[in-house]
Amino acid sequence: MKTDRETLQKDVLQLLSAIAPELETDAMKPDQPLRHWVDLDSMDWLNFLVSLHEHYGVIIPESNYAKLVTLNDVVNYLQKKRI
Amino acid sequence: MIEFKLPSLGADMDEGTLLTWHVKPGDTLKRGQVVAVVDTSKAAVDVDIWHEGVLHELLVHPGEKVPVGTVLARLLEPGEVAATAVDAPAIAAHASRRAVSPSARRRAKELGVNVESVKGSGAQGAVTLADIEAAAHATTATPDRQTEMRKAIAAAMSRSKREIPHYYLAETIPMANALDWLQQHNKDRPITERLLPAVLLLKAVALALQRTPELNGFFREGQFMPSAAVHTGVAISLRGGGLVAPALHDVDNKPLPLLMQELADLVKRARAGSLRSSEMSDPTLTVTNLGDQGVESVFGVIYPPQVALVGFGSLTTRPWVVDGKVRAQPLLCASLAADHRASDGHRGALFLAELRDVLQRPESLDATATQASVQ
Repeated sequence: MKTDRETLQKDVLQLLSAIAPELETDAMKPDQPLRHWVDLDSMDWLNFLVSLHEHYGVIIPESNYAKLVTLNDVVNYLQKKRI
Repeated sequence: MIEFKLPSLGADMDEGTLLTWHVKPGDTLKRGQVVAVVDTSKAAVDVDIWHEGVLHELLVHPGEKVPVGTVLARLLEPGEVAATAVDAPAIAAHASRRAVSPSARRRAKELGVNVESVKGSGAQGAVTLADIEAAAHATTATPDRQTEMRKAIAAAMSRSKREIPHYYLAETIPMANALDWLQQHNKDRPITERLLPAVLLLKAVALALQRTPELNGFFREGQFMPSAAVHTGVAISLRGGGLVAPALHDVDNKPLPLLMQELADLVKRARAGSLRSSEMSDPTLTVTNLGDQGVESVFGVIYPPQVALVGFGSLTTRPWVVDGKVRAQPLLCASLAADHRASDGHRGALFLAELRDVLQRPESLDATATQASVQ
């Protein structure tokens, strides 16, 4: 069964909070560039993608990294993967 | 007898507070074993020991703040016996006879405090309930880390600018070859095994240093002391503010996948506040990478007693002339801040040229480790 969008977004933010504990999830704007907004360096970003992979079992080719800019992008991507 | 002293965990550390001992008299200690936790202004650091022997006595108690270089404990060398024949058993006997009030012993058990390492304030050194409470508090107290870290960074950087005659150089490095190689390398690998560009840069710096060893080492007591090993300090920003620069060890001799694994682990532990003393005390050169923040270049402040710092800016695609034609190319600005007491600009320029060349041959970054492991 596919997860509804709101739940998916909440879960993704929870994974992001594990990388950036100071993140105020309520203040997150879904259309803002995530890395800039949350101040994620390349290691943080990789760890976030690894956590998506481990949590959802989704395979994210490196060529797809550029598609994942905002929270909306991440949620859309996961939904397309039928999560 | 071996004296185990509080090591300096960086130029910004003058003293530390012992939080806890992980060992007790009579224990056999191995090289690399974590024996204590010491609170510095930046983090609580696991202190590892680089001697083998049997722990004879602990001289500093949890909660005590002592200067760098203070003898924390004494060890008997392998095969050594205590100065008098009764010394060794005396330790055990002393430990078992130690006066500890029943309520203190009970409370110590509840709080997980090792009574043998607590300094007693009662009659004839007896450990009281208050001593146990104080020891437990010392291990959990969280000082104003931000303020302390800011002070420590201020002290180290002021010292650097006061004492080190910096010179600065920069070089634009075409990164197409390196990124193409990386893309191919990562293409069929699971995400957990992919490499970041940062790892290529760290390895390239370590290899380029082979040509200019005067950038790798320490300036102490009025002279440069080169280091045979390349332990690269990696500047890691902490999420609450401030930074640490612990070492990745022997970067020139390690394969890229291992370096990636160690870098990920180092960043994770730096941010969790669980670094080891050996990582804090022995970087031979520091690398800082502010490319993720989008700046074009960074000219750093050398971390004394090191003599050089390499900085990387962001990877940007810009016009670049290749074979007489203007093309869009990924470019990276590499900078060098170096100590003029240890090297001259000419040697610094050679280093950056070598760094640029190494990054044009990315396959050599992997090949070196293979050759080294075969030898």
